[in-house]
Amino acid sequence: MATTKTSKGLLGKKLGMTQVWDANNKLIPVTVVEITPNVVTQLRTPDIDGYSAVQIAYGQIDPRKVNKPTTGHFDKAGVTPRRHLTEVRTADAAEYALGQEIAVDIFEAGQKVDVVGTSKGKGFAGVMKRHNFKGVSSSHGSHRNHRKPGSIGASSTPSRVFKGMRMAGRMGGDRVTAMNLTVHSVDLEKNLILVKGAVPGARGRIVFVRNAVKGA
Amino acid sequence: MHILDAVDAASLRSDIPDFRAGDNVKVHVNIVEGTRSRIQVFQGVVIGRSGEGVRETFCVRKVSFQVGVERTFPVHSPVIDHIEVVTRGDVRRAKLYYLRNLRGKKAKIKEKRDAH
Repeated sequence: MATTKTSKGLLGKKLGMTQVWDANNKLIPVTVVEITPNVVTQLRTPDIDGYSAVQIAYGQIDPRKVNKPTTGHFDKAGVTPRRHLTEVRTADAAEYALGQEIAVDIFEAGQKVDVVGTSKGKGFAGVMKRHNFKGVSSSHGSHRNHRKPGSIGASSTPSRVFKGMRMAGRMGGDRVTAMNLTVHSVDLEKNLILVKGAVPGARGRIVFVRNAVKGA
Repeated sequence: MHILDAVDAASLRSDIPDFRAGDNVKVHVNIVEGTRSRIQVFQGVVIGRSGEGVRETFCVRKVSFQVGVERTFPVHSPVIDHIEVVTRGDVRRAKLYYLRNLRGKKAKIKEKRDAH
């Protein structure tokens, strides 16, 4: 399938949340994402790869830690090795050049963006926290079952628990996309982008910011 | 949160006078009605400041028509035109929530006598 949409995306680091006042003196909660310029490391073309995309790299890494094949990959693009790589599917991949730096100014204030990150790990969580079950009454004869799930199915028919039954288990640490967030402002000098609202993941973690794929 | 101090610095105001709990202040609030804007004064006792940096707020309490009215402002809010400190209060607490239970003369705060 040919990529028809043109999209832009960059890797950055979530710095944390703060608040700013907008032009109407309204208080806006914002997440600050630091996006130091990403570099183009490879261009995917329909002829060779079957699809059109731009591979971008971000983040410092000690060149001694990079193995030979990866070093060769970066050498091809003529850039120093970076820590993270990702691809952005876009129809206009041919307009990019190998080794080109893409800065945060591809985004502009007021624009809608999606932010992809890894959510904070919650460990082994019960059903109330993990699936928002209501639990059991705190009184009226309840005994030691306040946070339990209750029934997980019928008895001899089907004599098994259905697949996908929501139970306790590992929660968080998933890839989460926060969609259609508004860009409050972009600071090219400090390489910062202020996004209205919260963004998945802990402070200091890597996030991928791209222009919104679904129209509001 | 020191990483974001540079981001917050743009929102911080430098024209806020030094005041603390117990002080009687006049807060000149900019109110926008449609296209016109006017200044409204909210005068009362500061019963506490909370938070720090750009998130810091202060709460002003006054009694109007025998009804206690409290209003919380962000210290660095652009809505505040300016703050006027009328009197300095002599109090021994950072939070004066006990004033809510006092009326009349008992709810009065002694004025601070200058130490220097």
